[in-house]
Amino acid sequence: MPRLNGTDCGDEMEKIANKGRFGIFGGRYVPETLMPALEELEAAYDEVREDPAFKAELAAILDKYVGRPTPLYHAARLSGELGSLKIYLKREDLCHTGAHKINNTLAQVLLAKRLGKKRIIAETGAGQHGVATATAAALFGLECDVYMGEEDIDRQALNVFRMRLLGARVIPVTSGSRTLKDATNETLRDWTASVRTTHYIIGSVVGPDPFPRMIRDFQSVIGREARGQILEAEGRLPDVCVACVGGGSNAIGLFHPFLDDAGVELIGVEAAGRGIETGEHGASLNAGRVGVLHGCQMFLLYDDDGQIIPAHSVSAGLDYPGVGPEHSFIKDSGRARYHAIGDTDALRGFKRLSLLEGIIPALESAHAIAFLSVLAEEVRQAGGTKTVLVCLSGRGDKDVQQAEGLLRELSDDEAKG
Amino acid sequence: MQSSGRFEALFKRLSAEARAGLYPFVAAGDPNLAFTRRLIPALAAAGADGFEIGVPFSDPLADGPTIQRASMRSLKGGTTLRGVIDLVAEVRAEAPDPPMVLMTYYNPIIAFGLKEFCAEAARAGADAVIVPDLPPEEAGELLKAMAEVPLEPIFMLAPTSTDARIDLVNRSGGGFIYYVAQMGVTGARDTLAPDLGGALERINRVKNRPVAVGFGIKTPEQAAEAGALGDGVIVGSALIDVMENEDAEEEKIGAACRYIASLRSVLEKSRTTT
Repeated sequence: MPRLNGTDCGDEMEKIANKGRFGIFGGRYVPETLMPALEELEAAYDEVREDPAFKAELAAILDKYVGRPTPLYHAARLSGELGSLKIYLKREDLCHTGAHKINNTLAQVLLAKRLGKKRIIAETGAGQHGVATATAAALFGLECDVYMGEEDIDRQALNVFRMRLLGARVIPVTSGSRTLKDATNETLRDWTASVRTTHYIIGSVVGPDPFPRMIRDFQSVIGREARGQILEAEGRLPDVCVACVGGGSNAIGLFHPFLDDAGVELIGVEAAGRGIETGEHGASLNAGRVGVLHGCQMFLLYDDDGQIIPAHSVSAGLDYPGVGPEHSFIKDSGRARYHAIGDTDALRGFKRLSLLEGIIPALESAHAIAFLSVLAEEVRQAGGTKTVLVCLSGRGDKDVQQAEGLLRELSDDEAKG
Repeated sequence: MQSSGRFEALFKRLSAEARAGLYPFVAAGDPNLAFTRRLIPALAAAGADGFEIGVPFSDPLADGPTIQRASMRSLKGGTTLRGVIDLVAEVRAEAPDPPMVLMTYYNPIIAFGLKEFCAEAARAGADAVIVPDLPPEEAGELLKAMAEVPLEPIFMLAPTSTDARIDLVNRSGGGFIYYVAQMGVTGARDTLAPDLGGALERINRVKNRPVAVGFGIKTPEQAAEAGALGDGVIVGSALIDVMENEDAEEEKIGAACRYIASLRSVLEKSRTTT
């Protein structure tokens, strides 16, 4: 659905509307109560992004507290097994708290302090963003409430405990599909009531402007570092960048510094869940249509009546029916392509990286790892080899309990099959 | 912007009667459309001046628990946007006067098609549309589709709205201005926001159309206060709460009518008190 220009509302409204958009995607589709807060946040963000003091404070925390820069690791055994790929892993799993999410939460907590907000709220799916938010709130002594779907609370018990230990209140969400989508609804509801004193730290590059571009900027540290590191290791840019995509924050963080490098192919990996044809998946870019939810226009899973279809993925972090507006845009423009990997293949990727490299990936990141087999086959057929930069967005400790059961089922099925 | 003329006629009458308008929110299809079809004329007879007709949505992020429950019951009953538009047409065939406002989140309109939605809503006899997740800045496409038919956009203002935003809503909207009296989501509250008078005064100074006050209004006392400060009163969750307390459909309609009548009685001459 193209965005129509030249309405009756005058140039002024057009000017406002085109701000904070990626083509037709993005925007600020929120209740009026939140609009002034988004204007305030935008002004504050415009100020700090140019402010050397803010940048220095953030850089120091990323260095001393998060452990940045994270290493770029040549996965030699995995590369050897796949044959046609030379694989480098950007080790975001080594960030403090175990995933890239903290790059964003620390920056936003610094921003919240500037705005004078006393309380932080967040939604979480897998719990990684919730843990990263609770950590940042603890570090700066702010009150923190995290909304989490009941179903996710069951599958991510470890992260629930971590959040509580860090002083956050975890509020179970019982509405709808009881996953990330519903936790996001509930956090937005809280924010409309509490916006004067509370900052909402969205966990991915979704939501109303300025969140998607602000979080993109905070996560771009991944791609900036990786770009320098691979130039040092290889003396040239990679042929391909690969990252998993739920909302898409680790992927946009990796991709963004390479957007202008036409020779670098960008591939996002969505969750095909039980298979796109079953309707139980999280592949908004592969199977969704343009729609509006949670404040932005994006590719979205919904039925013919416009009702949102709950997503499904074995990984709670990819279990979301929408996807960031900038991904929607670069998919539409053809700059990036998006593949989907199902639950079973993701589990195989989970196992493979553990066995070959001694790295247990998050189930989210395991989707990107599993896709490498597909890519290796493509490259082999084309005849050649490629250097691939993969964002290993998180570590799998949080998933081991769930994975144990799933892997047992998988090996039973394969023994039978 | 084209108008059906029904709001103008109503505002003229309200002004002559020196009272604020009463606009119930009805969750269409809760629990089925046949029930809503009976409820609306009954509420009109009990004193409602116009209606907000809510289209159910899977993710109603501006709504509190009461309207969430109503939406889920309605979706479970199979209600669609098309079904609600058909309902408006049936009600309109018998009730030529009361303004009817479709209230829907944006995604069902996108799925329906913006142009088709505006054309069919206007043809059915709806007078205006409220989209809670569509502020004026993002409404350009819908306004363009709406401009071709007699259908007006109603925009909201909130306690947090700046003077610049009041001006924007003033210039962009039709029907009435919907003033969201409470921070947060819809739902009955025991007290009105303490700064309601001051907030409305800021809008009343510059408004170019009537202001209706909604969110949180429950008791006749609250309605009287809101009706004295604003030009209209919107009740939604409280009306649903009243019906949830009854089991049989007859009882639900009876209780809803008694409730609306109780609000209407306190609004008589409400505008002479200011």
